[in-house]
Amino acid sequence: MTAITLGKGVNMGLRAAMEKDPKVIIMGEDVGKLGGVFRVTDGLQKDFGEDRVIDTPLAESGILGTAVGLAMRGYRPVCEIQFDGFVYPAYDQIVSQVAKLHFRSRGRVKMPIVIRIPFGGGIGAVEHHSESPEAYFAHTAGLKVVACSNPVDAYWMIQQSIDSDDPIVFFEPKRRYWEKAELDESVAPDGLFTSRVMREGDDVTVLAYGPMVKTSLEAAAAAAEEGTSIEVIDLRTLSPLDLHPIFASARKTGRVVVVHEAPVTLGLGSELSARISEECFYFLEAPVLRVAGFDTPYPPSRIEEEYLPDLDRVLDAVDRSLEY
Amino acid sequence: MVLSQRHKWETIGAVHATLVDGAARLPPSAVPAIPCIRRPKGARVTDAAFGPDLGEVFGPSHEGGGPDLIQLLTPEGERIEHSEFSFDLGDEQILGFYRDLVMTRRIDTEATALQRQGELGIWASLLGQEAAQIGSGRALRDQDFAFPTYREHGVAWCRGVDPLHLLGLFRGVDQGGWDPIADKFNLYTIVIGAQALHATGYAMGMQRDGVVGTGDPDRDAAVIAYFGDGATSQGDVNESFIWASVFNAPVVFFCQNNQWAISEPIERQSRIPLYQRALGFGFPGLRVDGNDVLAVYAVTTAALQRAREGSGPTFVEAYTYRMGAHTTSDDPTKYRVSEDLEHWKLKDPIERVKAYLSRNGVADDDHFAAVEAEAEEMAVHLRKGCLELPDPSPLDIFDQVYEEITPELQVQQAQFAAYLSSFEGAHASEQGARP
Ligand SMILES: Cc1ncc(C[n+]2csc(CCOP(=O)(O)OP(=O)(O)O)c2C)c(N)n1
Ligand SMILES: [Mg+2]
Repeated sequence: MTAITLGKGVNMGLRAAMEKDPKVIIMGEDVGKLGGVFRVTDGLQKDFGEDRVIDTPLAESGILGTAVGLAMRGYRPVCEIQFDGFVYPAYDQIVSQVAKLHFRSRGRVKMPIVIRIPFGGGIGAVEHHSESPEAYFAHTAGLKVVACSNPVDAYWMIQQSIDSDDPIVFFEPKRRYWEKAELDESVAPDGLFTSRVMREGDDVTVLAYGPMVKTSLEAAAAAAEEGTSIEVIDLRTLSPLDLHPIFASARKTGRVVVVHEAPVTLGLGSELSARISEECFYFLEAPVLRVAGFDTPYPPSRIEEEYLPDLDRVLDAVDRSLEY
Repeated sequence: MVLSQRHKWETIGAVHATLVDGAARLPPSAVPAIPCIRRPKGARVTDAAFGPDLGEVFGPSHEGGGPDLIQLLTPEGERIEHSEFSFDLGDEQILGFYRDLVMTRRIDTEATALQRQGELGIWASLLGQEAAQIGSGRALRDQDFAFPTYREHGVAWCRGVDPLHLLGLFRGVDQGGWDPIADKFNLYTIVIGAQALHATGYAMGMQRDGVVGTGDPDRDAAVIAYFGDGATSQGDVNESFIWASVFNAPVVFFCQNNQWAISEPIERQSRIPLYQRALGFGFPGLRVDGNDVLAVYAVTTAALQRAREGSGPTFVEAYTYRMGAHTTSDDPTKYRVSEDLEHWKLKDPIERVKAYLSRNGVADDDHFAAVEAEAEEMAVHLRKGCLELPDPSPLDIFDQVYEEITPELQVQQAQFAAYLSSFEGAHASEQGARP
């Protein structure tokens, strides 16, 4: 067993996938010689060569557009978008091409593309470096969207994503890149499209993914000291949603709080809230509450701690749910 | 290890004979071995059919900027003649440039120091690019408009933006403290290349407002769009070239080729010198010594004048070097050799002006000391101002989203205000402290 960071988990997962399948290639800005601005692809170009770890020209539409062609030719491109806010030049290729080619060709064309996006705030960055654009992709038919929250999942989920013949948008919580955990490779991973109960509880269910899983677990620990028992579920997969564990938990606790950094309106919380009220209506003791970013652009970093959902805001929502 | 520029070009030039006919001549490392292919019958072409040998266009002759590099002041501080461009203003003007260059570098060093001390989150240094920015910035007239990237601190200085206002974005208290409309200097644009289109659109607006080609020097206006070598790969930048060309927009595309886009060398963005791309879009491209403030001024003045007169866009490639890290978060030792840096140090944009001024008795040590002292004073003001920059109020962000706030957002704002006040002024940024 070794303790690895989340960034290292992705790095090791990429390496394992590349060793297993020569068709796996990495492409992105600064991913080669530099090893990526977060060093997630560190050492891979050195070991797999410039044909498989490609420092691309500075053009995101180009990265995704050429990935489509490479995929048609049988490759499995893993594209890195340097920061969340820089995915938009590639948005057209992702939404109109990557997401639709399987459908249009009635399955004759596969798109085994992984789009890695470091996302979320909390690192004191300038604008466009702290966004949470996952809902745009989860809203798009033809894409699958996942988010890892810890080093062990990072290691396995990136490999499972690369194995998938469908295109996957893979969100990495950048402020958790340096969080550590023990990796035991002999323990088989859960399936990619499954959510997971991270902490069991009876009073309130908290649903989170990516960076907010840690925040929610901390909130659960704080609440336990006050006698409130919180169940925390890491969604892991945002599209498709793995709803059964969520419904089971909602029926058990009768109270659900969804937490994400992305703006609240039409975020993942909206869909979860709708589905839970459709499926668990008679079990609910309170409306599903959302703790999320406000409907504003991401603010200057000096006030990001206020903007971002934190332990206090999660517990505030838990209290409001309990008071219903 | 990264090869030095010189070695790279030698390699590129040397291999042009080894490839199949018609293909671009590329360095061997960049080209997978292509087996000899037989020409299909009935499709015989001459070797010349696919145009010039790019190995020669982008070959060893481009060392140091190549034969088309426009230079008026050598790194040693000698004024030299150029067949097309000249610097016609007097030494007074050069003294002014000198001051601009020193002040700009001082802003940069102070900001870098502030970042090191944790007062700024990040800083994008312009070290080495001062002449490109002062030469082009001083070529602007009051009625012109500039669209910067995130590195144009020297241009901001020329536009009269308070250097303190540049720090807000990097400190994280705002997203640009100046008024882009009043200062005719847009906010910094971090999304690579986006501003090239904005500049073109702004220029199209000037055309429609009748402030182009009237012959009135106080009225005719133009736009300058700044971007880097890396940005030239973006779709937005290429689309802006097409727009500007098709509509003959009064815009100067000013590309600071500092040889690097974070860790990627210019060869990763282009196989030919950037200025040569312009012709393909339908307007002229020039390459100027970006470390020569006189040449940059002369070339940009002429290009802006062309634009103001209604003759359309120009591409100016300022050939320079990013002497520092990409930003304070970057470690360039991971991807480039110090040999290049040493080579470019000899071409320092400030030293050559200083050499010119002292050699010709225009300025003496007292003068230089006085400029330094002024820069020090400004740095003190900058530091003090930076530490005093007020943090924004979390509630203000709701008011900034729209011209007219929505009812929904007002509700969010009110709820958030109530939430914050529930902590009675003791809102814990240290997590865990609940009221
Ligand atoms: C659309 C987009 N993609 C990626 C980035 C991340 N990024 C910031 S600066 C940079 C390199 C820019 O290089 P260049 O255009 O040469 O400008 P320079 O930084 O050298 O001045 C990159 C890739 C970005 N800001 N925007
Ligand atoms: Mg550059």
